[in-house]
Amino acid sequence: MNWVLENLDLIWALTVDHLRQSAIAVVAGFVIAVPIGWLAFRYTTLRGTVLTIIGLLYTIPSLAMFILLPAVFGFPALSDINLIVALAIYAVAIMTRSVTDGLGSVDEVTRSAAVAVGFGAWRRFWTVDFPLAGPVILAGLRVTAMSTISLATVGALIGVQNLGYLFTNGAQRRIVAEVFAGVVAVVVIAVLVDLVLMLLGRALMPWSRRASAPRTTRMQAAHA
Amino acid sequence: MNLFIDAFAWIFSPDRLEGSLTLPMAIAQHLAFTFGSVAIAAVIAIPIGWLIGHTGRGREIAVFLSGAARALPALGLVVLLVMLAGVTLKTEAAVTAFVVLAIPSILAGAYSGIEAIDRTVIDAGRAMGMTEWQILFRIEMPLGLSLLIGGLRSATLQVVATVTIAAYVGLGGLGFFLIQGLQTRNFAEVLGAAIIVAALALVLDGLFALLARYAVPRTTGPRVRRTRTEPAPLPVAQTSH
Repeated sequence: MNWVLENLDLIWALTVDHLRQSAIAVVAGFVIAVPIGWLAFRYTTLRGTVLTIIGLLYTIPSLAMFILLPAVFGFPALSDINLIVALAIYAVAIMTRSVTDGLGSVDEVTRSAAVAVGFGAWRRFWTVDFPLAGPVILAGLRVTAMSTISLATVGALIGVQNLGYLFTNGAQRRIVAEVFAGVVAVVVIAVLVDLVLMLLGRALMPWSRRASAPRTTRMQAAHA
Repeated sequence: MNLFIDAFAWIFSPDRLEGSLTLPMAIAQHLAFTFGSVAIAAVIAIPIGWLIGHTGRGREIAVFLSGAARALPALGLVVLLVMLAGVTLKTEAAVTAFVVLAIPSILAGAYSGIEAIDRTVIDAGRAMGMTEWQILFRIEMPLGLSLLIGGLRSATLQVVATVTIAAYVGLGGLGFFLIQGLQTRNFAEVLGAAIIVAALALVLDGLFALLARYAVPRTTGPRVRRTRTEPAPLPVAQTSH
């Protein structure tokens, strides 16, 4: 406990680094996943292949990914960029499926209505499809944010500064409190970020709770 | 691309069959840790998952646990448990960490597999006079198998990745070469080991895909199609019981 109180500055600085790396990766992953997810949704023949290949990226173990990426793309292995690119790839791997699923969850009738009223493809996507797919996409985003924050700690093994440093440094110096503080800090910021995303979703998408209600009754009706 | 030539030269060098840790030995260790931990986790998680799926009780706790587990950093958990257990119990501590990380996916696979079954099928079984055990063994287990295999698959991949990291605490396995190579700046070794770890994960993933295809009973079209087009339902939208 003493160790934690004496090193609050260090923990805070590492938390800021950690959040910065995770945030860039998640935002980049989201921005890349939306068009890919849309393509996979729009062109059904491509869907299986695209989603499978992207899903395979997630199976590559993190430490191997941190080594393979710089070898393929030629940037330095021991750098923030390497970690952020790897985390962004994992984020794309999780998010793409949620985007495709989210767009698939939009009622076909609603989409046809938008076309009938004269919405073009671009305007329909941003004002009808994307907002209605929002709740499902948000669920994927929350999973992505959580796993990115916890995965980022592996970066400590390739020398990146973030909360993972508390694990490697704590192991070398045999300070259990330091490692424990790291685990707690990672879980706490992951849960906080998750909470913020959930509240943001409620504020930005007031229809998400209303949207889930009719679906429930529809499912019950199907089962009855 | 010279790096990759060096890496493959490292992999196929005869030196890999000599020394204190040969490459085949490291692969065997890695697989033993992975399957051992997943098996222990399965023995714990599958009965609990089926209980939750069958009775519908304790769902919220299971959902919360699998959510919270995602936030648990694998490296931190391994290091922490190994330090707490001490050097003599290093292996046991690391395996405990792997089991803890594997349980949530398997648990989720077990209970969501049962939840995804059309209630009318289960009610039909009950109406025919099946006992609760018969319903569990003859209806819920086979029909829930595909999601359970999915859970075992993600648990296995999670553990393969974590065993790699666990070489940091001196556990052996393929991660040994990664950590050693990083420390000695032997990039051919690091890259060679990374290629093998990635290949191992992809092969295991493929095996589970095959298993899912052949081990799962064929069900009628509509149910399968619905699970495919409907998104992984939000917890709020799931309505069983």
